[in-house]
Amino acid sequence: MDESKTPLLDELEEGHWPSFVQQLKEAAVKSPAAADLLLQLEKSYQDNTGHWKRGGIVGVRGYGGGVVGRYSAMPEEFPGVKEFHTLRVNEPAGFFYTTEKLRQLCDVWDRYGSGLLNLHGATGDIILLGTTTANLQPCFDALGEIGFDLGGSGSALRTVTCCVGPSRCEHGCIDTMDITQTLTQHFQSEIHRPSFPYKFKVKCSGCPNDCAAASARSDLAIIGLWRDDIRIDQDAVRQYVDAGLDLFQEVLRRCPTWALGWDEKSRQLTLNAEDCVHCMQCINRMPKAIRVGKVRGAALMIGGKAPVVKGAMLGWVLVPFMEMKPPYTEIIELLTKIFDYWGENGKSRERVGELIDRVGMATFLEAVGLKPAPQMVNAPRANPYLFWRPEEVQQNG
Amino acid sequence: MAKTDFGPPDYRQMIPSMVRENYGQWKYHTVPRPGVLQHVSESGAVLTSVRVASPRLVNTDWVRRICDIADRFCDGHVRFTTRHNVEFLVSDTEKVDPLLTCLEEQNYLVGGVGLAISNIVHTQGWIHCKSAVTDASGLVKSIMDRLHEYFTGKKPVPGKLRIAVACCVNMCGACHCSDIAVVGIHRTVPRINHEMVSKSCELPSTVASCPTGAIRPNPKLKSIEINADRCMYCGNCAAVCPAIDVMDPRNDGLSIWVGGKVSNASTPPAFSRLAIPYLPNHPPRWPEVVDAVEHLVEVWRAKARPGERMGQWIERIGWERFFQVTGIPFTDKHVDDFTHATTTFRATTQFRL
Repeated sequence: MDESKTPLLDELEEGHWPSFVQQLKEAAVKSPAAADLLLQLEKSYQDNTGHWKRGGIVGVRGYGGGVVGRYSAMPEEFPGVKEFHTLRVNEPAGFFYTTEKLRQLCDVWDRYGSGLLNLHGATGDIILLGTTTANLQPCFDALGEIGFDLGGSGSALRTVTCCVGPSRCEHGCIDTMDITQTLTQHFQSEIHRPSFPYKFKVKCSGCPNDCAAASARSDLAIIGLWRDDIRIDQDAVRQYVDAGLDLFQEVLRRCPTWALGWDEKSRQLTLNAEDCVHCMQCINRMPKAIRVGKVRGAALMIGGKAPVVKGAMLGWVLVPFMEMKPPYTEIIELLTKIFDYWGENGKSRERVGELIDRVGMATFLEAVGLKPAPQMVNAPRANPYLFWRPEEVQQNG
Repeated sequence: MAKTDFGPPDYRQMIPSMVRENYGQWKYHTVPRPGVLQHVSESGAVLTSVRVASPRLVNTDWVRRICDIADRFCDGHVRFTTRHNVEFLVSDTEKVDPLLTCLEEQNYLVGGVGLAISNIVHTQGWIHCKSAVTDASGLVKSIMDRLHEYFTGKKPVPGKLRIAVACCVNMCGACHCSDIAVVGIHRTVPRINHEMVSKSCELPSTVASCPTGAIRPNPKLKSIEINADRCMYCGNCAAVCPAIDVMDPRNDGLSIWVGGKVSNASTPPAFSRLAIPYLPNHPPRWPEVVDAVEHLVEVWRAKARPGERMGQWIERIGWERFFQVTGIPFTDKHVDDFTHATTTFRATTQFRL
């Protein structure tokens, strides 16, 4: 038997967890690009460093993004990955597919690329990993024929992503799928033609559990919530208690505002509704007994991002409650104002959260036409350095 | 001219008929066994979802095999989760057990639902990224090989635990808000190829790219220079100027962060905080990192109360006791000195000695 060319990666074929090395090897049988990717990766494992060049702009006609150019730094050794570009393909909302559609996608990708892909990338796109410059346009055209368009890359609106929402979850306070589809269609040009100071992400979660990680990972997070009371089914509560749920430890004590109590005599859960901050804790623990309320909308959070450049930020409350009904005019108009203000005032590579940090939230709110609300702050300021506008004071001399 | 700007396939054409019929009508769900969710609709309809681990980096034949299974048991529909898992949605309850048998026969791992460790959200690594300190796929494989029994439910855990891996401080994988995060870091000042700077970099944007103002122009060389005392090795300059090299295989490594989350349940969303500043980058199995992650999981599992996530447990016992019970040394690296450092300094005598 021949000695293996990838002894280090071979070790990652063992073990219980599904192996990406097996995926690479299977693809390598059919694709010279996948075969050389495997060898270059083995080299990285030997050298403890990557072997990709930096830079290189490639694309398809009419778009300024959606393709990430990638070239091997060792093209002589690994000619199969000399050009190894990525296509970011916009996924259907909620990551639902018919097998027919997925098979069509596989056929296109076998024809034009390495046969390797991510389901899905960190932002949400289908990531088609590895094709040549010459194949980009024909691949894009073939994708278009089966109904797949590209997602965002670079300083653009990135692919909008959502949780499963009302399609398969009882907590969905807003139609995350419809909102995602609508925003995606409305802002096609902002997705495909980078014209922003930096990237802008929008994610949509159906409830405050935030399964789309919207408040951490998107510049504008749309998070479903309700403004009336949670709905309690007392019989179902008693079933949980009788089945051994430690109500005090797992529900009452963990309610952030002690809004829930237990009346031992009537064996009823009591609710001090005005204390509830709709955190989801009790609902998560007793989904059969407690449900979200009926008057629903979304909170909008602004500025969430990972560390680059000035440190990580979690999205801040921008709109405490917005009704979310088709055609979603209010949020589309607000997003447009945000893009305009940030486009005018943002520095190169400055995310909108960093712009707000620089100019101040009050300035930003005024610019996008929103009024300050107490829900936006943990507490009002503690310093006396207030700014007054000329019209708010009497002019001297 | 090819058509453009038509957007993704409409989800309405992608969802199974039971989802279409019960859209927005789901009443509650149960978890009948690890890895399986059962959603019950107001109409009485029951939809079973079976969650399966994926390596994220897959090939087209793997996708076709997933499709074969979905054709047999799920009327030709399948979905994926935000954490890279596959979900088989079964409308016919009779088909659930045969599906589980089929998955077991083909060695798919079922799990990752509710109180469990789900799949690791991660980045590209050496597979495809130019700025990767390490290989995310290999790290994930190594960590989950060790932790797979927490995924399948064989080993129960007190709460949700979400792990993320990012190959550099760009943290493309939500590492900054995960229960446990593994992040590739640099530890040395970038090297400058002055000749190349003058040819291929824009000086003002390179200078402006530095969050600590450590870069200034060097007119003599038509290049830039870096103030080593101010540089914290973020690599942002290298991202805008290819003549700057921050990669240092001898010194780059991995850091471990704990206690973050995105959900609002019980406590607000929170950042992950530094636990271990540096571990060596040791492919192909990263034993130091895998041991450290497993250790953190095991200490949390032994000490947390039911329902407590990593950060909620730490908040209750205090960071001082976290370092004590995990045996992780608290060092100068743990004290923040970046933009919002002072917000992390304690201003109360309420602590444990």
